[in-house]
Amino acid sequence: MSDHAKGGHGSLKTYVVGFVLSVILTVIPFWVVMGEPFDNKGIAVAIIFILGGTQMMVHIHYFLHVTIKVEEGWQAMSIGLTILLLVIIMSGSIWVMFNLQENMMPAHEQIERVRNLP
Amino acid sequence: MTAMTDTTVKEPVEFFVLDDPHHHDGDGHEEHHHETGTMLGFWIYLMSDCLIFGILFATYAVLGQNYAAGPAPSDLFELDMILISTFMLLFSSITYGFAVLRMDHNDLKGTVLWLMITGGFGLAFLYLEYAEFSHLIHLGATPQASAFLSSFFFLVGTHGMHVLGGSIWLVVLLIQLSQRGLTHENKRRVMCLSLFWHFLDLIWIGVFSLVYLTGVLL
Repeated sequence: MSDHAKGGHGSLKTYVVGFVLSVILTVIPFWVVMGEPFDNKGIAVAIIFILGGTQMMVHIHYFLHVTIKVEEGWQAMSIGLTILLLVIIMSGSIWVMFNLQENMMPAHEQIERVRNLP
Repeated sequence: MTAMTDTTVKEPVEFFVLDDPHHHDGDGHEEHHHETGTMLGFWIYLMSDCLIFGILFATYAVLGQNYAAGPAPSDLFELDMILISTFMLLFSSITYGFAVLRMDHNDLKGTVLWLMITGGFGLAFLYLEYAEFSHLIHLGATPQASAFLSSFFFLVGTHGMHVLGGSIWLVVLLIQLSQRGLTHENKRRVMCLSLFWHFLDLIWIGVFSLVYLTGVLL
């Protein structure tokens, strides 16, 4: 039982390592925005999202203690399914709505075109 | 006593875990079996909650640029305060971890103390969020002002409601711990709230990355 408990709850070391990593991964993106070290905003956005994703992985590993072995793999499987659904929902809606916005003619432009009709 | 109940009463199929005193001195197998059901069920609830937040994130990503001639993120957000809120949640995450570690050592006082510190950080986060929201509403940046603000209040507010719910749960848990001590059932409750609390911190990473940092940057 104690082995199970240790496997599921982590130890002082895992919590401290997770905390230190989280602090580093939090401070860098805030510095990227508040200190404005980059002129290129694309690089800054990429850094924010890569570090944010990394910090989520850190939390899942060090705080939530998800591993393949816990709960006979069901925990890992359910988080995998959730991530798959999230990717489909988020990338799908952003893609569709971006196209919709691009192809939608703005209202004032439409009015101008009607006005300019011979 | 334990042996007697085991032999005389044939255990019926249990659909939920009873507050039965013989569980915590039962053998490890039985105990682990019960824990598996509840913990996995709670985990699946968290995953469904994760889908709710995913949809709110997608909504914000789609609507977040539609300011309707109103204020934009860089006019409204104060990143210093957001950094402090972020650290409040992060501190509360690690202090909850310390509470769980104390619980593993069967140290009731230590568990309660760390849980109270966790609750304090949670309340500090809630206060900062309340101050931010009332400041925005005072400025006229209400949810009705633009699609950006509607989706912002919906996403961040839902997260805040979860933190509020978690804090209420924490208070209830502290009462249960003070009444019954570290029983098997209470340990299970502490572990469920641990998952919930760490999960909320995880969602907050997405919130400050997408809403605050990217919003102010672009």
